[in-house]
Amino acid sequence: MTTILSRSADHLYWMARQVERAENTARILDVSNRMALLPAMGTNRVEAEGSEWDAVLQITGGAELFYERVPKATPQAVIRFMTLDAENPSSIYSTIRAARENARAERVALTTEMWEALNSTWLELSSLTPARLASRGHRNFFDWIKERSHLFRGAAVATMLRDERYHFLRLGTFMERADNTARILDVKYHILLPDEVEVGSALDYMQWGALLRSVSAYRTYHHAYKETITPAHVAEMLIFNDAFPRSLHSCVNDTLEMLDAIGGPRGAEARRLAGELHARLHFGKIEAVFAHGLHEFLTDFITSNNALGNEIQSAYLVAE
Amino acid sequence: MDEKQFFDEMTGASGAGGPYAETEVREAYCAVRAWLDSLGPRQSNAKRKEAETLFRRMGITFLVYGTGESTERLIPFDIIPRVLTAREWSLIESGCLQRVRAINAFLADIYHDQNIVKAGIVPAAQVFGNPRYRPEMIGIDIPGNTYVHITGIDLVRTGESEFHVLEDNLRNPSGVSYMLENREVMMRLFPELFAGNRIAPVSDYPASLLRNLQAVAPAGVERPTVALLTPGIYNSAYFEHVFLADEMGIELVEGKDLFVRGDRVFMHTTHGPVRVDVIYRRIDDDYLDPLAFLPDSLLGVPGLLSAYRAGGVTLANAIGTGVADDKAIYTYVPEMIRFYLGEEPILSNVPTYALGKDEDRAYVLEHLDELVVKEVGGAGGYGMLVGPAATAEEIAAYRERILGDPANFIAQPTLALSTCPTFADSGVAPRHVDLRPFVLSGTTQTVVPGGLTRVALRDGSLVVNSSQGGGTKDTWVLREGAARP
Repeated sequence: MTTILSRSADHLYWMARQVERAENTARILDVSNRMALLPAMGTNRVEAEGSEWDAVLQITGGAELFYERVPKATPQAVIRFMTLDAENPSSIYSTIRAARENARAERVALTTEMWEALNSTWLELSSLTPARLASRGHRNFFDWIKERSHLFRGAAVATMLRDERYHFLRLGTFMERADNTARILDVKYHILLPDEVEVGSALDYMQWGALLRSVSAYRTYHHAYKETITPAHVAEMLIFNDAFPRSLHSCVNDTLEMLDAIGGPRGAEARRLAGELHARLHFGKIEAVFAHGLHEFLTDFITSNNALGNEIQSAYLVAE
Repeated sequence: MDEKQFFDEMTGASGAGGPYAETEVREAYCAVRAWLDSLGPRQSNAKRKEAETLFRRMGITFLVYGTGESTERLIPFDIIPRVLTAREWSLIESGCLQRVRAINAFLADIYHDQNIVKAGIVPAAQVFGNPRYRPEMIGIDIPGNTYVHITGIDLVRTGESEFHVLEDNLRNPSGVSYMLENREVMMRLFPELFAGNRIAPVSDYPASLLRNLQAVAPAGVERPTVALLTPGIYNSAYFEHVFLADEMGIELVEGKDLFVRGDRVFMHTTHGPVRVDVIYRRIDDDYLDPLAFLPDSLLGVPGLLSAYRAGGVTLANAIGTGVADDKAIYTYVPEMIRFYLGEEPILSNVPTYALGKDEDRAYVLEHLDELVVKEVGGAGGYGMLVGPAATAEEIAAYRERILGDPANFIAQPTLALSTCPTFADSGVAPRHVDLRPFVLSGTTQTVVPGGLTRVALRDGSLVVNSSQGGGTKDTWVLREGAARP
């Protein structure tokens, strides 16, 4: 059995989580940005509680820090807070910085391609100002972050030796992605429809469409379901469809695979927890989810996924 | 300041450092000169930019103490190589090997029989009163009797075949990663230069180092596990620690990754404890073990000293080598060579005044404006006085420091450091250089042909330290019968 330093495993696991988180933060901002552009979302709703910009703060857990400093969730303020704000620990800037610090500590374990992908992302990001970001265009910036994340992950998959370092790195990716997909899907819960608009309306439909696009699944949806967008199908695809690589089911499958590859007696409880989570997704039905409440289901999932994360941390990543 | 004469390594001319005229060049530099002439200003600028980009992308940075926000900096790299002939190298190599053999014998001696003290060659107070002398090491036998596994010897050149040793770095000499990466970048930028010249490779340094470290494992260990112990990400040489661990394929560990149980050292891994047999430590003695040395150090490993003394683990370099790279002990190295090896020193020391001695102090205080004064235990160019470059106020302030604790200072004449062609704002101009070759000792002793050339980038400056604005160059050792252009 190969084995690596607990501290190294910790760095690799978190580095992957942070890169994945930066990508998903870009996706979350992207979906809000798309929704904000929808015509029926009148200007009177912007900045209000329940707006798509407030939703970003709620689901990324940054609301408290944000409202301490800024009274209203204007698009500019939220985008700035979530992209380049060095004091917001969940901004893209902070997560990439943290990933790069972890990478710096693990230069030994990274291939040159991985290091350069991440390091040059950091160098470019750290030289950006809000004005330059705005002139580049927010959508272009979100696309750029996604590309850099793809590049880093692609470099890892294409160049890294398949040893335990790789397994911990990939484990971090899947754990974070599962959490983030659940949060992105939950955006829809936090964005209230204006009173005069009903569920099932054109606006509702467009919001689900924007959500699909933000997880790169718009076209995939049509291939998979061959019909118009319905909330139940979108939720089913993002939760249960194990052919879609960002679904919760897929992420948990991949997580289990990595945990099995890492193995060892220390990981027994983590494997059990992941197995439990897997059973829920493998045998679950979307009708039951909706009956139970989508938001409640997602909250439960995020809690269980966190518990699994804590178990992974104490079993493998912390020195006894 | 009177006009000094400097030996220029390209032209051999003795002149103060103006720009180069159309002069004859020494044979070693024929190829470099032809290459420089063929390189237009636009191309050379482009290549210099490219070099900087490469270093930045590779993340080759160092930390500068005392600077505010941007603490990660690149050491400036000059693309013009510094060239040494096979003959010059053989002098340097044999001189360095001789020196390290003597120093190693000295360390073994002062921690065992203490013959050199009994013989009255080195005063007892200089050894036993030295804060870096470690009584814990007395009577302890270490594998192969090797104390200094890695040494960096700082040399300066003052003439065609005059090399002097400025200091022996016996604790944690750094800079070898720059030697390796500078070569890597040069080969990438100018492959044609390497095809046409017989330049000795340096890339086997990490493999030699690893072999040496494995060779000094505790007795009975068949396949030793070697780890590099770093103070961590905020250390100024962290990049180098990462680089070397990577090149050797060994674990890079911090103090918190290790623990001691039953006189053995283990590292925490994802599947439990794994024994470590040899530790290449890049942490000073004081921080190695909070139970034995500085109690509030978080960098070290509790119990490491006792495991080491019991022979459960090997440390490289050994504990207590610092006593021999003290600038006061340095003055005795020629005597050590005679005493232990019965040979005459191949490389000479720089004349050094010890300010603890009355007559030396009287002379130095009279001539502060001509001398370089350093603290006995100083390093990195911090806290030194360069007399000819200092203002009257700086000299007066330094005088007070000296008088406060004279024995803590030594003084040396300002040396006429040789110059090498270097890119400057005004074009290619002579700049002062030094050289740090790296000596590896284990079951065998080697010096990788090359080393770290540091260059003072400011016109007229004699301070080459990277923390003081110095840069580096690739260092070439030409093999016998090197091709001519």
